[in-house]
Amino acid sequence: MIRETGWGRYRNYIGVIIFAVVVGLVPVLAKKYVHVMTLIGIHSIVTMGLCLLMGYAGQISLGQAAFYGLGAYSSAILTVKFFPWLSVQMGQPDLESWWVWPWVAILVGMVFTAMVAYFIGAPILRLRGNYLAMATLGFGIVVHGIFKGFGLDFVRNITGGGTGIPGVPRLAIGSFAFWPKEIYYYLVWATTLLVLLLSLNIVNSRVGRALRSVHGSEVAANTLGIDTDRYKLQVLVLSAIFASVAGSFYAHYMTVAAPDAHSYGFTASVNLLVMAAIGGLASIWGAPFGAAAVILIKDTIRDVMPKLLKYASGEHEIIAFGLILVLIMIFMPDGVTVWLVDAVRRTRRRTA
Amino acid sequence: MQSTRRTKKIFNTAVVALVGIALLWYFVKIYQGRNFTPSIILQFVLSGLSTGSIYALVALGFVVIHNVTGIINLAQGEFVMLGGMIAIELHKGAHLPLLVAAVLSVLAVTLIGALMERLTIHPARHSPIVTLVIITIGFAFATKGIALLIWGTDPYSLPAFSKGPPLDIFGATITHKQLWIVGVTAVILVGLYFLFERTLLGKALRACAVNRTAARLMGISPERMSLFSFALSAGLGAVGGVVFAPATYITYDMGAPLSVWGFVAAIMGGLVSSPGAVIGGLIMGLLGSLGKGFTVAGLGDAIALLVLFLILFFRPSGIFGARETGREGL
Repeated sequence: MIRETGWGRYRNYIGVIIFAVVVGLVPVLAKKYVHVMTLIGIHSIVTMGLCLLMGYAGQISLGQAAFYGLGAYSSAILTVKFFPWLSVQMGQPDLESWWVWPWVAILVGMVFTAMVAYFIGAPILRLRGNYLAMATLGFGIVVHGIFKGFGLDFVRNITGGGTGIPGVPRLAIGSFAFWPKEIYYYLVWATTLLVLLLSLNIVNSRVGRALRSVHGSEVAANTLGIDTDRYKLQVLVLSAIFASVAGSFYAHYMTVAAPDAHSYGFTASVNLLVMAAIGGLASIWGAPFGAAAVILIKDTIRDVMPKLLKYASGEHEIIAFGLILVLIMIFMPDGVTVWLVDAVRRTRRRTA
Repeated sequence: MQSTRRTKKIFNTAVVALVGIALLWYFVKIYQGRNFTPSIILQFVLSGLSTGSIYALVALGFVVIHNVTGIINLAQGEFVMLGGMIAIELHKGAHLPLLVAAVLSVLAVTLIGALMERLTIHPARHSPIVTLVIITIGFAFATKGIALLIWGTDPYSLPAFSKGPPLDIFGATITHKQLWIVGVTAVILVGLYFLFERTLLGKALRACAVNRTAARLMGISPERMSLFSFALSAGLGAVGGVVFAPATYITYDMGAPLSVWGFVAAIMGGLVSSPGAVIGGLIMGLLGSLGKGFTVAGLGDAIALLVLFLILFFRPSGIFGARETGREGL
């Protein structure tokens, strides 16, 4: 990329600062959106990882929710079961709910998820085309099955089976708790903005250019001396780490890790894919907007549908959601954000 | 180079051997607790074959669409659901004779498949494959929601096509319903073989799969073939739904799992080969049934997926696939 001069060079940083100000004002100005916005922040983190993986490295993951779930369950299992047990074993029961444990759990979850992604990706990413999609799909089903307990008692004892693991503690530093939810909101969005900056930097770095070349043509990238397998694997691991962090935050927010399909199953993976696609696969900036679009569309439909159709309720929202998804993909195939930017440009050209 | 490859190979073999030994030990432990006669095992095989036939039909749908257009149609399972539901509606609601209802249902779903292609895929045909795949996901969502609106969450079933005592094969029994599933699948396979090998339409479809540009130069319209592949796949799914309906309950949300397992079966067979898809489907059905029978219910699917991983590990292009799939992938 040609080095830009003037203010254009700082475009991303200026954008992030403006974005941060807008996001930071939400709890002050619109308190009732704090919950929805927290969810949007958490999902943005996962979606950005997916954008890097799909839009830049051109690899599809149909099991991203499994990585997300691994993060959530690592946090839940470690903070609810393992660390209290460890404290008692060490003869220091007063450390049972030490504030450091949840943070350690998040880190352990990240490392664990990264290792899992590495072992899944290493054999699969050498293959072309649909195989990563396939492997991640299968992986997602197996992991979700493990969360549910597989009908085996010893697995159920660890993952909590159908009810999951309740009682995940809130995050805190010393005596300062990240709660009520307005404070947790800032923690989540601070992380989201960090991940956003990190992703933007990756995209605009040598690694980002290498990734785009892999997406463009793997053979050409290879002949230019780019170790395509390594880059693909690194991006998969990175996206898994993002998902794991988001999962941990989700578990600490809901204070439970339960295996319903809408959080960690195939439905969830598809949801994340849709978020990335609506935001625009090859646009990191699109990820938060894609996540917001999906969550807000679903919420709105859930409110509006029962008023339009008398006996509509529950899952009927998926009709409208499916139709909106189809329409967006037909008329804005590069995602809503790219379409909007183009639309602005078009009108500007017309007025000029 | 040579030595790293060898260590890698040794490492791989060791991993697989360890997993194998662990599984074997587990099976033996479970086996000791129960008494498996050959006829019980045959029973597992028979029920696996009938489930596998449904997977095979779904997998065939995946292969037909993927070969012609490169799209992974994740609404494939919804066609099965629609086929079953519409047949039930026509038989129980409109009181049509069973066979008439079945045929009409297949025709209706074929039409729905064609409409889906015209209304959702055709307008976006110049987009990347990922976009088209997401469109099929959207279509699947909408279909599932509409089915919920019409039929609710209740499970429905169809009466059996023929009644009679179950047949006895070496101590295992096979019901008429299962015979219908396996038999109809077999007839469909023969029919597809003739379609692809002996008719001009089939040859045009195959030409599109081999090389779309060359096919266009030969006067074949890829757009029309895309339409036809969706209609054909929808029809195949509907047949699966119709023969599946008497043997099980049809619910509005059965589509997604069927899509997943059909896709898995198609991948196992290489995603480009019709015989591969059928064999993949049967293997998935057998593994699920045997795994369930020998271990615990929840593990059946896990064992099927484990075998899939092993196949992908050693023969990445599937059982029947070419060394490299020609298309760019999803």
